[in-house]
Amino acid sequence: MSKKVLVFVKQVPDTQNITGDAMTPEGTVNRAALPAIFNPEDLNALELALQLKERYGVHVTVATMGMPAAAEVLRASLYRGADRAILLTDRALAGADTLATSYALSCCVKKLGDIDLVLCGRQAIDGDTAQVGPQIAEKLAIPQLCYVEEVKDLDDKTITVRRAIEGGYEILNAPMPALLTVIDANDPRPMNAHNIMRFKNARTKSEIARPAGQTPLTPEETAAKAAELERAGLLIEEWSAADVNAAPERVGFAGSPTKVKQVMSVVLTASEAKQVEPTEAGINELIHELISDHTLG
Amino acid sequence: MGNFYSDNRDLVFTLKNLDLSESVGMLEENYTCSAKYPGAPVDFADALDNYERVLSVVGEVSADRIAPRSREVDLHGAKFADGVVTYDPLTVQNLKDLAAAGVMGVMLPHQYGGLNFPVSVYTMMTEMVSRADASLQNIFGLQDIAETISVFGDDAQKEEYLPRFATGEFDGAMDLTEPDYGSDLPGVRLRAWQDADGNWFLNGMKRFITNGCAQVHLVLARSEEGTSDARGLSMFIAEKCPQLVVRRIEDKMGIHGVATCELQFNDVPAKLVGQRRMGLIRYVMSLMNGARVAISAQAVGIAEAAYREARKYASEREQFKSTIDKFPAIYSMLSSMKCKLTASRALLYETTRIVDLRNVYSHIVDHGTPTPEQRQLKKYYERVAAQLTPMCKALCTESANQIAYDTIQIHGGTGYMRDFNAERYYRDARITNIYEGTTQLQVVAAIGGVIQRHLDTRINEVAAEITGDKAVALKDKLMALLDKQHEAVGFVSSLKNPAYHDMMARNLVEMETIIFVGLLLLRDGVKCADRAPVAERYVLNGINDFNQRYAQVMSGDVTLIANNRDIIDY
Repeated sequence: MSKKVLVFVKQVPDTQNITGDAMTPEGTVNRAALPAIFNPEDLNALELALQLKERYGVHVTVATMGMPAAAEVLRASLYRGADRAILLTDRALAGADTLATSYALSCCVKKLGDIDLVLCGRQAIDGDTAQVGPQIAEKLAIPQLCYVEEVKDLDDKTITVRRAIEGGYEILNAPMPALLTVIDANDPRPMNAHNIMRFKNARTKSEIARPAGQTPLTPEETAAKAAELERAGLLIEEWSAADVNAAPERVGFAGSPTKVKQVMSVVLTASEAKQVEPTEAGINELIHELISDHTLG
Repeated sequence: MGNFYSDNRDLVFTLKNLDLSESVGMLEENYTCSAKYPGAPVDFADALDNYERVLSVVGEVSADRIAPRSREVDLHGAKFADGVVTYDPLTVQNLKDLAAAGVMGVMLPHQYGGLNFPVSVYTMMTEMVSRADASLQNIFGLQDIAETISVFGDDAQKEEYLPRFATGEFDGAMDLTEPDYGSDLPGVRLRAWQDADGNWFLNGMKRFITNGCAQVHLVLARSEEGTSDARGLSMFIAEKCPQLVVRRIEDKMGIHGVATCELQFNDVPAKLVGQRRMGLIRYVMSLMNGARVAISAQAVGIAEAAYREARKYASEREQFKSTIDKFPAIYSMLSSMKCKLTASRALLYETTRIVDLRNVYSHIVDHGTPTPEQRQLKKYYERVAAQLTPMCKALCTESANQIAYDTIQIHGGTGYMRDFNAERYYRDARITNIYEGTTQLQVVAAIGGVIQRHLDTRINEVAAEITGDKAVALKDKLMALLDKQHEAVGFVSSLKNPAYHDMMARNLVEMETIIFVGLLLLRDGVKCADRAPVAERYVLNGINDFNQRYAQVMSGDVTLIANNRDIIDY
């Protein structure tokens, strides 16, 4: 019986290539102006899972919580070699902070039941909290191995990983099930031509109901088309909050104690350049200055 | 995030406008393949969508992974020690990435795990890979080996090798040339002999073998004792084994990433491919024609990379208080480079389109129940492909050299330095008009079709697609050149002087190329107005180039035949 690995991924606005209109006048992120991309470290998590598939024959499920459009990162996962894809989408889930998100995702893990490993990227580039992975592990009461670089070994009951720590690394061994958060330590594979051709028409029910640029389908048409795709193995599963038995008061806005108090639009102004003499003494002085204003150390 | 597909307007235009519907329909067996193989297209639009998506992946891999590694690869190159060839770790990573992208069996049929794509689309990939790292294309492009086994091998051979080529587990080499037989392949001497049980063994030397450290080799060998010509040669598959020794690798001017090997065969076990005596005349000619298209694409890829560096540098470099691309001396150079690049690509994909048609009709004639009309079409496309392939290789590889040369010139002294890519493109381009047949040999291969006017039908077809006052006026000028071309061909033939015929062959082939490519560009300018200025420039330059050659041909000046020794030996 092969081990089951679940990878949580997220579609995020591309904050790495910011343009001038990235922020709205109100100081929130202008999602329309930023292209939606696969969160980079989630790609590292997926890569790690696919390497486990090659090494140990594990079964890889990819799941994401998000708007219907987030199905795009699920297809991108199928193109790279994931075996199964699930979209967790529901209006009730919107506005979630890390507490509500990790709760909903932990419900997703419970619903799947027999998961041996949960993989997450360390953090998403839109929030940079790095909290969701560890919080899922806490809610499931399973070991968490964070900042994982690679999996050293996987046997029937335990996993051994190498993780980054400040100034070095640690080798950790944990019983399974366990949760890993993965850092940018591998080179995510490109999408595969065969998989692209095979899965390019994979759709969720929401996508079937509202095809891009066309008139929405009737519920009957949607059901018929969904059944057709399912027969072809091209229906991406779509779950609601109720499907994963999530308590309504713990998800979405209602389940999120974090409130944004204020957003500041910081305008950086460049100050004068400072010349440092290219001598031992000059560099020493610079280092001391950087340490004393906490830029270094 | 770069993408060598989507950042290249010319390539995107080419895929969208190159009408592959006929060959793809036949390749996909009227789209019935889709019932058996998940992902096989259900109609032409679906196929085109697949091509675009996969080209975009290869474009991304080329831009973001392969290109940034190319400098290191060139600097370190392939190594050889204790009989073992080792590729640079970055080259190994490049191949791993391409295998992960699923593009190591692009043209292989679905049933062997291939993508079943046409040559045209595969060629676009080789062009992009080459733009990123020309030397990598030499390994990526050896998919032609698998393709040759696919076309000429028996079922057992296909089952044994093709699936593992498709996954990238196997790489290939074509072992043709020997120390004394390069252009003169019919003289090949490596001996193939059979033991009492009929098993074949290979004995002898091969030289200048690209990726000679490969797992699977297609070897041209003399199977018929006592013969000394092409009809005594057969083709064999041999696998890497202790009896197949790499003696040394060459220290080359360019394409450092790939090893060029000298091989010694010490009774290497081998399997015959197809029929005896057909090795060179049928299989290797087919293999080499495929490779000639691939090298044309390699040249176009290098030219693309070089041209972009030149354009960028010229737009940034300031002299006399202005960027240098504002000076007529520089912008005329850049536009001439761009015309050559666009011309090369236009002829390359016209050639692959015809090659795709030839392949599908050949397949029907060889393996199906062809109608008389299909037999006719096979013959027609064979003839046209046989002329276009060498014309294309001559144009693309010579142009790439000129473009890379000018790229250094535009960089000035900077371009001569190792700090910039310009000198690498120049070194890499230099082999393209030599291997897989020198330009001089491409002329030999193309001149027969020029004399017998094999391209006239196609020339008239393309001309008929050109509309609009300005384009038609330019077309008329080219059609007037066609009349002169007929006259020149008739004149050379009427002299019945073989030496003069050979001496003028290159002029005649180049004159033919100017007319045909000019028409292709004018036609494309009709489809996309942005292309019209390039077409116009090419045609206007081309007319001058044509007339200069025409004058030379029509001069009938045979003095060089008589006095060449006096000149050379002075």
